[in-house]
Amino acid sequence: MKELIFRFLIGGTLVSVFAFIGDLVRPKSFAGLFGAAPSVALASLALTIATQGKAYAAVEARSMIAGAVAFFLYASIVSKVMMLYKPPALAATLGLMPVWFGASYGLWLTLVR
Amino acid sequence: MRIGIDVSSVQRSRWGDYGLRFVFGGMVTAITGIIAKTYGPGVAGIFLAFPAIFPAGATLIEKHEKEKKGKAGLNGTKRGRAAASVDAAGAAMGTLGLIAFAALVWQLLPRHSALTVLSGAGTAWLAISMLAWWIRKSL
Repeated sequence: MKELIFRFLIGGTLVSVFAFIGDLVRPKSFAGLFGAAPSVALASLALTIATQGKAYAAVEARSMIAGAVAFFLYASIVSKVMMLYKPPALAATLGLMPVWFGASYGLWLTLVR
Repeated sequence: MRIGIDVSSVQRSRWGDYGLRFVFGGMVTAITGIIAKTYGPGVAGIFLAFPAIFPAGATLIEKHEKEKKGKAGLNGTKRGRAAASVDAAGAAMGTLGLIAFAALVWQLLPRHSALTVLSGAGTAWLAISMLAWWIRKSL
């Protein structure tokens, strides 16, 4: 439980720091880079290295490649859908989330595992 | 197009906006730990690239842009959604850096110091994301 609370605090802090930087910089397309910052990854990997060791964290990083490729696909589709059909941002980003889940798990199963 | 700093967006953000992103980020990091314990590092690793704050960020950009236009007496709905689309295109460029980040950590972590690898991979994320953004802008 203690480790989970620690993970929550470190992850939340790193995500907030990157979000703050993203709010601060311009133009908007450049600020968008920070929506894909490795904030959760940095927090998780640092804690995993401390508790499970470097080899275990390296396995996580290998699988992360599948998640990141899926994120590229997901963000590109969200951008296109928003540009063409102009739905509310929350509906588009959450409604298209299955793209990330499907692509990341599919890539992991076929290429990484 | 020049990169700069604009504090007005930070001034428009409420503490609640940052609180929401803090909670999302914290939850995903904690859940990744639970997944690692239950299903192992292979499955948990996928979630290191989960778009945790992307929906919240895009929604806030839409809201801020709408409010800005609303203050000028205009309907900012379309403008807000266009701004969120631009933000998503930027995030897609950031994911190219994220792929490089993951590949570097995977390859270098077992043989080098953790601090060096994580800081180097973080720097590579920023450099590759900026390069991808610049190339896309130049096309």
